[in-house]
Amino acid sequence: MTAPTRGEDESQAPVIAEFVDTTKRFGDIVAAERLNLQIRRGEFLSFLGPSGCGKTTALRMLAGLETPTEGRILIDGQDMGDAPAHRRPVNMVFQQYALFPHMTVAENVGYGLRQRRPRMDRAEIARRVDRALETVRLSDFGPRRIWQMSGGQQQRVALARAIVNEPKVLLLDEPMAALDAKLRGEMQMELLSLQRVLGITFILVTHDQQEALSMSDRICLMGQGRIVQIGTPRDLYDRPANRYAAGFVGSANMLDATVQSTADGQARVALADGSSVTVFSAGDRAAGDRVAIAVRPEALRLSVSDSVDAGATGFAATITHKTFLGEHIECLLHHPVLGQLQVNVPRQAERSLPGADVGRTVHVLWDHGSGLILGQD
Amino acid sequence: MAISRHKARLLLLGPAGLWYAALLVLPLAVVLVYSFGERAAAGGYAPAFTLAQYANLGSRWAAFKNTLVLAPAGTLAALLIAYPLAYFLAVRVNPKWRTALLVLVIVPFWTSILIRSYAWIYLLGGRGIPTLLADLGLGDWRLINTPFAVLVGIVYGYLPLMVFPVYVSLEKLDKRLLEAAADLGAPPWRSFLQVTLPLSLPGVATGSMLVFILLMGEYLIPQMLGGGKVFFVGNALVDLFLQSRNWAFGSAMSVTLVATMLVVVTLYMRFLKRIGAARDDIGVM
Ligand SMILES: Nc1ncnc2c1ncn2[C@@H]1O[C@H](COP(=O)(O)OP(=O)(O)O)[C@@H](O)[C@H]1O
Ligand SMILES: [Mg+2]
Repeated sequence: MTAPTRGEDESQAPVIAEFVDTTKRFGDIVAAERLNLQIRRGEFLSFLGPSGCGKTTALRMLAGLETPTEGRILIDGQDMGDAPAHRRPVNMVFQQYALFPHMTVAENVGYGLRQRRPRMDRAEIARRVDRALETVRLSDFGPRRIWQMSGGQQQRVALARAIVNEPKVLLLDEPMAALDAKLRGEMQMELLSLQRVLGITFILVTHDQQEALSMSDRICLMGQGRIVQIGTPRDLYDRPANRYAAGFVGSANMLDATVQSTADGQARVALADGSSVTVFSAGDRAAGDRVAIAVRPEALRLSVSDSVDAGATGFAATITHKTFLGEHIECLLHHPVLGQLQVNVPRQAERSLPGADVGRTVHVLWDHGSGLILGQD
Repeated sequence: MAISRHKARLLLLGPAGLWYAALLVLPLAVVLVYSFGERAAAGGYAPAFTLAQYANLGSRWAAFKNTLVLAPAGTLAALLIAYPLAYFLAVRVNPKWRTALLVLVIVPFWTSILIRSYAWIYLLGGRGIPTLLADLGLGDWRLINTPFAVLVGIVYGYLPLMVFPVYVSLEKLDKRLLEAAADLGAPPWRSFLQVTLPLSLPGVATGSMLVFILLMGEYLIPQMLGGGKVFFVGNALVDLFLQSRNWAFGSAMSVTLVATMLVVVTLYMRFLKRIGAARDDIGVM
């Protein structure tokens, strides 16, 4: 059987791990509340959310390091029940790596294989350890001691120590958090290609939305112990379920509006200043409903002329801040009724905006179809 | 005012250096010289250069034998009792109670060992535990003035010195390493043998060195609980220096004791280093 390809076929891949109404409480703290999630074989899924939202807890319940207070965990169709960590076919890359300081790199990597009963042949262990070290590009480092390795190298040792066991699911708890930006970028690429080569299901925990967006097939966005939204990175970015999702994944302008009319998943809404725009609308909305609208800063445009092309709505606002961020310029504007707006102006577009400096009043253009109505809560 | 590196070093090491030179190196040198001498007619030391004292060591073989059996046995027994206790305190106990329980471990030190040994004389003596055993129909036991009594006494006296170093090494052990071991397929007892135990060896080494070295020179407990029947080298030395006033022979015994200690400690350290560096499958079938 070949590893499932990424993309559309994934929905057909069998479920490899599943949370069923899984809840974990620590005393009064509800770390994870009624999680329901199916993870498919070969997919790269990320748990995304701010610190303390229960990502690690969810991962640890899969690994068997925490027991759910309620609900179930299934791995490859089997109810894990109270199965202890050492009997589960998953492996974890720990947040601070947790490498054994009294063993060499090779001994660390071979640890899981040495636990197999009946015992695995020593030569076979050595062979697989070599191959795993090669995979993470640490071929010559086997005899080294852990403290002789840099942070990035230790991270790869931790990775090799997990993948050498060919787990059904590889769990990664913020594996890149301790690396500097450049190394983190490289490691993200490496992880991705590794996952493609190995065809193992990866579950990554991260609080970094950029990391989740760039690496995942699907993202499970969490907030305060609950799953807020599950979907592809594009789903989450283009169709955030609610205010929280819109604000956490990327940034968004959020505005109050009143529905005027609806048709074919689109809605015409009136903003607080009276101007009206067409936005995407997923749920059932009726004229007169008060709703929240989100629009991405890069979906808005600025103009120094007063002409508004057909298919766009425009309103005047005053530039209060301009921040140069390389590929784009982040502009904060103030509108007397709508409040603060953020517009990201691409580098090339800046040239067509002479004199658009702080203090200047310009036109903000909102193309019809940009933005969407957010779900409740 | 700047102090040169040289001066700073002198200031830092000076006091300890003087102390050791005056109270350790010098006396040891004297003892070494005396050990080649003879007993003066009226007792004390007469200069000479002879190996006669060393040749005569065999006459005090019993003291060496007792010391060399009971000191390692006491160290081992203390380790076997202290390790589970330290493990419990460092790993298992609710942190809320930890400090209180640790204090309990040292509470006995608030009373002089002399008084506590008297208590043991009573407990192990005729009217103590043996009476209890007899009343329960468990036979006739003589405990006081036996090697067993001395062993009980030394283990009791030195236990905290073993508990603390082991506790410290277990306490600073990163518990996530145990989770990693479990995640990689090791059942609890195997992760104990492969991770916990090797990483606590420094504490075990410190504790057993401390206890062993002190036991090699022990005098009080054999004196009280051994009743002159189970005596250590320390007891023999008191006898030689203060009773028979044979300083030369006493010195030869002291030198031999120190040399034995050095040999045993060196061997033990080597042994620990070897298991420390060994693969993690030591002790596992
Ligand atoms: N062992 C524990 N005991 C008590 N509370 C815990 C424990 N582990 C996690 N928590 C709490 O559960 C919540 C979720 O924690 P965690 O899963 O670590 O979040 P994240 O990984 O998303 O930062 C937090 O409020 C945290 O304080
Ligand atoms: Mg976490």
